[in-house]
Amino acid sequence: MTSASQAMPLPDTTVSLLEVSGLRVHYDGIQALHGVSFSVPRGQIVTLIGANGAGKTSILHAISGLTPYSGRVTFAGHDLHGVPAHRIVGLGIAQVPEGRGIFGNLTVRENLRLATWQRRDRQRIEEDFERVLVRFPRLRERLGQAAGTLSGGEQQMLAVGRALMSRASLLLLDEPSMGMSPILVQEIFAIIQEINREGTTVLLVEQNANMALRIASRAYVLETGRITLAGSGQTLLGDPRVKQAYLGAVLKHHSVPG
Amino acid sequence: MSEVSIYWLQQVLNALQLSSIYALIALGYSMVYGILTMINFAHGDVFMVGAFLCFLAATLLDLPFVPTLLLTMTGAALLGVLIERLAYKPLRNAPRVSAIITALGVGLFLENLTLAFYPYPQNVPTLIENINWDLGGVSLSSLQLIIISLSLTLMLVLDYVVQRTPVGMAMRAISWDKTYVPLMGVPVDLIISITFAIGAALAGAAGTMYALAYPVIDPYMGIMVGWKAFIAAVVGGIGNMRGAMIGAFILGGVEIMVVAVLPSTYRDLVVFSLLLALIVIRPHGILGQPRVQKV
Repeated sequence: MTSASQAMPLPDTTVSLLEVSGLRVHYDGIQALHGVSFSVPRGQIVTLIGANGAGKTSILHAISGLTPYSGRVTFAGHDLHGVPAHRIVGLGIAQVPEGRGIFGNLTVRENLRLATWQRRDRQRIEEDFERVLVRFPRLRERLGQAAGTLSGGEQQMLAVGRALMSRASLLLLDEPSMGMSPILVQEIFAIIQEINREGTTVLLVEQNANMALRIASRAYVLETGRITLAGSGQTLLGDPRVKQAYLGAVLKHHSVPG
Repeated sequence: MSEVSIYWLQQVLNALQLSSIYALIALGYSMVYGILTMINFAHGDVFMVGAFLCFLAATLLDLPFVPTLLLTMTGAALLGVLIERLAYKPLRNAPRVSAIITALGVGLFLENLTLAFYPYPQNVPTLIENINWDLGGVSLSSLQLIIISLSLTLMLVLDYVVQRTPVGMAMRAISWDKTYVPLMGVPVDLIISITFAIGAALAGAAGTMYALAYPVIDPYMGIMVGWKAFIAAVVGGIGNMRGAMIGAFILGGVEIMVVAVLPSTYRDLVVFSLLLALIVIRPHGILGQPRVQKV
């Protein structure tokens, strides 16, 4: 596969940064993922949508090395199997975990600093720190404050800013819209698109299928540990099965054409 | 100064000496609890091993005070890491009670290992020249001065490490919730080992100072001192470093003051009763915060 792509360079859209194939995860004998395969092309936004318990978080945890799995996960040509989680960050995968995972007893500054643990390029760390504060001015106002005192929206900004501090090429986002007001959801999705435009590849896991499908170039529907639908964000947005199950649409009794 | 106030000042000084030693040990309990929510019941015995390492360095190697202290702290740190790697790490995902039982087992093992070599109490040689200063009727010995100032220095260094360095930041992050700490690129196992190393090194330092202040040592000396330091940590708010120091100073103060006014056999009764009362009033300790159970 690699030799073929080297011999004849393919357009950027088909070069995948992340390849997941046959991913299986068990928790105490219960199978959460039954062989999930998908790919994330470099530079794009890919979304995995699905209901609670479909296995979305398990996928992200497997990629980040937080959960043991069987199957294959390759990132920029590296096989990630057996690589400890803290090293995976160093390779260029950052995750904004479900529920944000902010360290409430640390200050905002410390939360941002902690994410640079694997980095040694001091000068660029300072640049990135400044860049994050420009993007999220609210964080600058609260740098010395314990992160636990931030509002939910601010914490989400901190979680995203913190992920950016590791200078990752792939950003994994686990339900960034969870618990957010509609206005904040809009804002967060705008930021995700902005980060993507600046060159970061995004894998977005969401229950808010409507928003996620709108910004994703590629989308997968996950149901009880299996991928049941795949396509472009636009295609799935128009798919009646998706509409019924995830977009809250009531299908009318219209006659199916043909 | 009146005779009464001189007497009490003397008691305060004595209390400071004892409290400093308790504080160094209490910090180890608190650090490990903070990071693993586990009580390391072998910690008092690490203190005891520290006292014996001091004894060995001073007798077998004939070392003076400073190298003895450094050697003891290093030896205790290695022991702490070894205990964590061999006994606690394999049980990290096991029920909490397994880790506690294992800790008690490790403590018994250390006591009996020491007992195998030293079945009788040992006399620790004098490493610090005994000078007594008379401060207007209050006497201060060179040993007291060293114990108090060295302990305070170690506590300040630890406070700096925990509050101001990346390692300390990682420790605090782990104590909040270690689930997502690896996502920051932080090697959690390494930070846990460092925590055990620091806690044990402080216990080693405490063992050295205790052995010099109360120079007859035996393999069971860590039990009562360990319990008291543990209680100091709980009183201060377990998991909280500054709380552990405050708790130790309260404990040491109460102990010395009780003996100053009541028969010495009442000491532990009063101490434990007071602490029990304090825990009833403030279950999370003086500086501790109720832990929010995360789902």
